[in-house]
Amino acid sequence: MTTTATTASPQGLAGLELAPDVNQPSWLEGARRVGLEWVAEHGFPTLKDEDWKYTRVGPILDVPFMPALKLPAIKLSGEMNHRLSPSAIDELAGDLGGTRLVFVNGYFASELSSRPTLPEGVTVTSLASVLAEDAERLEPFLSRPLPSQRHAFTALNAALAEDGAFIQIPPDTIVAAPIHLVFVADAGASPLVSSPRSVVLAGARSQATIVETYIGSGGVYLTNAVTEVVLEDGAQVEHYKVQDEADTAFHLAALHVRPGRDSNFSTHALALGAAIARHEVWVRLEAEGAEVTLNGLYLPEGNQHHDNPVLVEHVAPRCTSRQLYKGVLDGHSRGVFNGHIVVGPDALATDASQTNKNLLLSEWAEVDTRPRLEISTDDVLCTHGAAVGQLDEEAVFYLRSRGIPHQEARDVLTYAFAGEMVELIRVDPLRSHVESKIAERLRAGRVERLRAGRVEAGR
Amino acid sequence: MMLQIENLHASIGGNEILRGVNLEVNAGEVHAVMGPNGSGKSTLAQVLAGRESYDVTGEVLYEGKDLLALSPEERAAAGVFLAFQYPVEIPGVGNLYFVRTALNSLRRQQGLDELDAIDFLSLAKERMGLVEMDESFMGRSVNEGFSGGEKKRNEIFQMAVLEPKLAILDETDSGLDIDALRIVASGVNALRNEGRAMLVITHYQRLLEYIVPDVVHVLVDGQIVRSGDKNLALELEQHGYAGLEQRADLTPSAEPVAAATP
Repeated sequence: MTTTATTASPQGLAGLELAPDVNQPSWLEGARRVGLEWVAEHGFPTLKDEDWKYTRVGPILDVPFMPALKLPAIKLSGEMNHRLSPSAIDELAGDLGGTRLVFVNGYFASELSSRPTLPEGVTVTSLASVLAEDAERLEPFLSRPLPSQRHAFTALNAALAEDGAFIQIPPDTIVAAPIHLVFVADAGASPLVSSPRSVVLAGARSQATIVETYIGSGGVYLTNAVTEVVLEDGAQVEHYKVQDEADTAFHLAALHVRPGRDSNFSTHALALGAAIARHEVWVRLEAEGAEVTLNGLYLPEGNQHHDNPVLVEHVAPRCTSRQLYKGVLDGHSRGVFNGHIVVGPDALATDASQTNKNLLLSEWAEVDTRPRLEISTDDVLCTHGAAVGQLDEEAVFYLRSRGIPHQEARDVLTYAFAGEMVELIRVDPLRSHVESKIAERLRAGRVERLRAGRVEAGR
Repeated sequence: MMLQIENLHASIGGNEILRGVNLEVNAGEVHAVMGPNGSGKSTLAQVLAGRESYDVTGEVLYEGKDLLALSPEERAAAGVFLAFQYPVEIPGVGNLYFVRTALNSLRRQQGLDELDAIDFLSLAKERMGLVEMDESFMGRSVNEGFSGGEKKRNEIFQMAVLEPKLAILDETDSGLDIDALRIVASGVNALRNEGRAMLVITHYQRLLEYIVPDVVHVLVDGQIVRSGDKNLALELEQHGYAGLEQRADLTPSAEPVAAATP
């Protein structure tokens, strides 16, 4: 097992140093050094950076974060840590059946995980165990910087990441049950940064469903996650992400996707938690005929800040990309949709669309929406649009005129706006879990009735 | 007396639309309110249902209580129902769920037990029959993608489930072809009873061939200028509103400018 010793600094993330670790391969040590050097050279993003112009990272840099360490197994099973029991995780992250890998502060916790038998040849394990046993398998992913959208936080992840999930599906293999990756933050006395790094490799014509859930019970911590998904030709991957961190935490995540020829990738991101959250999706369409669907729903309230940068690069011909992001913003919260489609000169017959819709529930909530198209070829079909609005008072009156009390009428309409995204979730237990999370958000109980209505209508 | 409207004025953005409406409706009666475009018919319907965008003065007693003091949902709970001229489309809210939520909201406000899904479903199926509505509409979002006729049928279906005491039908005939009109009207007629009053607002006499009113009122320029029996509707059909508009100008309560017209 590799363990990178790291020195904490009162300067927080900006002052972290790596200590040499003789156990790790030299290419990995080199990659870590490159990451840290990148941070030293370029610094952290500011509002002047085009991709960060609505998200101030100052509050994150002010915290003297230390890299999280792997907790000893005994602490996990002890009574002191009842928050970290399998049943507590069922409650917080939902029980989806199937394989579940649990990570505590970014480190794999096998005692909290369940690994039923998977189809032959399928690997679902921790990155650390692959690094320990067969590090070279990871060299193509960890030895080079992420090819685009590089910024200090992904560089920092490269420097610090020691664990995460490693999933490999052989060609022509179907994994029917969802593979659930649960990242739990167990905040300590001092603020910790966890740096999970996950790699998903879907072989040609394989099919899998991957769910990432981020939860935390409280305290100040930073999750700085990077997930990379590679689809070989004809692979189909359905990806979900539920960000339900503690409201006092920070969450920065990057999802990088490389779809193969005629492959199909979809992702659904739900943002509920964290004081500042940024979920970055970057897709590079380099192989002909790939289809990607990128959906997102963000529900900030109070003083939460949810940033959703999306970059889709159409390089190869005949690819399709669909983006639908919706925001429901309450209190003094702020939301950002920063979607960017780039269609290169060779990306003939590109079909790309981008839609962002926002519902403001309070007069103090704010949203910045910025759908952008950059097209360098003629033979394309591209659409984009953005909308920001309040609840339709005509509809509120319609419901009230039928006897539905005012607040309930507003809740029903709010849920209906968000519900379109929930309906797109194809993993039943995940959809129920997300429904109840949103119900909590939009005053408990009322959505129970909506759910009953859907079941009823489906008869 | 079920409904007693006295000197009702309503304006929006400083523009006075109702200018002293007086009207009385007894339980069991069907009253038609006819009038040209812009006469205030729909405003009257909206004000009675509790639309908050109007500045309203005057008095409306409903079963002896001050109707104007109640919120829209309280009016619904007291038995007032408005069939909208333009039913609102609500994407993402299932029709059946919507109607059940409405019924149970009314029942809660009335101190009754809520209906469970199974009891509600059998009630809904029965009432759908009244307006020959296909069950497939129940799983769809409220009014979304419905044709004009389907929307109007959906309004009458809701009325059949919610069983109001005072039903206000705002231009329920608009946008309906003759077959849809016949279906909607027979649904309405099936709901006529001694305890229920209806206010049928329409521009055309056509609807009143199917829903025969006890009393017809003519609303012109925000005031009721004439009332009579069902024959008044026929008279209007033959001569139009033009003659009546002149008469409105001559009524003592009209604007001074109008009164000065020779």
